[in-house]
This record gives sequence, structure tokens and C-alpha cells, in this order.
Amino acid sequence: MTDLLYQPVPLVDLLDRVLATGVVITGDVTISIAEVDLVRISLRALVASVGALAEDGEGFDVFGSASLG
Amino acid sequence: MTGSTEGVWLHAVVPHIDPATLDGVPGMDGVRLSVVRAAGLTAVVSKVPLSRYGEEPMLRNLEDLTWLESAARAHHVVVDALSRVGPVVPARLATVYLDPDGVATLLTDRRDDFVDGLDRVAGRAEWGVKAYAMESVTETPGAAESGTAYLRKRRAQLTAHSEGLENAAREASAVHATLAHFAAGARRHAPQDRRLSGAETAMVLNGAYLVDQDRVTEFTELVSALSKCHAAVRIELTGPWPPYSFIAGETS
Repeated sequence: MTDLLYQPVPLVDLLDRVLATGVVITGDVTISIAEVDLVRISLRALVASVGALAEDGEGFDVFGSASLG
Repeated sequence: MTGSTEGVWLHAVVPHIDPATLDGVPGMDGVRLSVVRAAGLTAVVSKVPLSRYGEEPMLRNLEDLTWLESAARAHHVVVDALSRVGPVVPARLATVYLDPDGVATLLTDRRDDFVDGLDRVAGRAEWGVKAYAMESVTETPGAAESGTAYLRKRRAQLTAHSEGLENAAREASAVHATLAHFAAGARRHAPQDRRLSGAETAMVLNGAYLVDQDRVTEFTELVSALSKCHAAVRIELTGPWPPYSFIAGETS
């Protein structure tokens, strides 16, 4: 499978790149990434996933500090 | 029954591709990759069902970390495979067209941008350099210590901690400046949240550097040398990456 061909990379490093970068295209797409705040949406998913660790009430810091560029 | 039910997930744009390159590289959900050619460029795409990749389901899916991770990894596998055989302009995650004609129009309309982007990354790869503040040394106060002595020591620890962070941030900026000077391109991503990275200490540099392929050894040696002479940070090198970080911004 793919794991044999490609070194798995840390998800957080990958998301830095595939969400915040890459050519931004508007127009005839089903979701216009330039308009939909994909980064914010995904961070909400990330925060939810680490919610168990974030019980110190700092959950929303992630939005400020990890805006992924 | 195409068009209304099937969308086109754009992975990347390349100048030209030997179809054999795509053999054995799975697309989204393991589908066979397709290409759309126009204006002398090739877009590598996955045909995807709009029932799952249309606007509404995708907005929902993007909230689901398991889905997000598998989509990000599937997209990356394709972009990574392409980057190993030639220059590539990656598309941002979740760029889905309603039909191949939309992709062809994109290639035609934005040809100059794509050509510029491909020229910029040709013969180069992205490397990631992350720096973390060193673990601050914390002494456990002795059991027999008085309250005053404990507080004094605690205050000293806090001061040392914040000075340590300042030193680390300063060194991180120096490391970045040196690497940026060496590299063909440089960019600082926002530091990763510690809860996401799992790191023990604060990240002070999340850098990406576009490096000529024939200077990679020099670059890694430079990183290693910088690591040795900056005691306030712990440095991690990742890569090679497709040039994800050096495409954004060409939206003009």
C-alpha cells in the first residue's frame, strides 16, 4: 500500500501545507477556498479532536496561534 | 450519467507527464488518476462523486478530522509522486470542479501563473525546519525549604523560563534568516500549537525553504551546523516536500 512507498508525514506538518498553501482558485469550483475559510473549519476539526487535551479552556487559542500562515 | 453526479478533484498542475508516472498512484478514495490537458499544461485530477465531494457534504467532511486526514494524505500521495518526477504546482486541498471543462478553462486562463510557478520550483524541493525552545531546567525545591525560599526559587524559575523563550525566539529568527539567505525561497508558517504537534516545549520556528536539488547536502549541513551553535533551540528538519509553501500568493 501507499505506506510502503511513501513515508508517512506528521499530519500537522501536512495540514500546514495543504490547507494554507497551494494555488488558490476561484470560479467554477464547488467550494471556493478563497471564500470559505477552510483553515478555520479544519482547525475547528482539529480542536474538536484534541478537545480532551484542551480542557484548560485554552481551546480557542488555537485559532489565534495556529492560523497556519 | 456524468457531469451532474461527478466532480473533478484537482491535485496539481504539471507541464507534461508520462502517463506511466501515474500508474499505481491512487487518487482520492483509490480511484485511477485522470489528466486534463490544455494550453500546454496538464492537470492531474481524481474523478469524485459529488455526493461526497460537492460543496455541502465536503463542508461537513472537512469538520471531521478522520476524513480531513485521509483526504490530506490521499492528495499528498499524488502531489508527492508528481514532485518526484518534475516540477509541480500543487492545488490547495479540496479544490473540486464540476466538470473537466472547468479545469481546462483554468489551465488556459491562468497559464502564465502556472508557467511562472513551475519555473520557480523546477529543480527545487521544499524543506521544513522547525525549532522548539529547549526544555527549561526546573529544579524541584527541597522538601525542607521554607516558604520564602521556595517562592524566591519559583520566581527565579519563571524569569529563567521567559528569558529562555526570548532567547529561543531570537535564535529562531537568526536560524531563519541564515536559511532564507541560502534558499531560493523562504516562508515562516505559524508555529504549531503544542497540543497538535505533541511537542514538549513551544515551537519558535516553523519554516519552509525552497532548496535547489543540487544544494540539498549543503542545506542539511547548514541546518546541522546551526543546530550545534544555537543552544536555546532544538531543531528538526523535515522533507523533501513538494513545493506547497511556494505557490500561494500567485493569485494575481
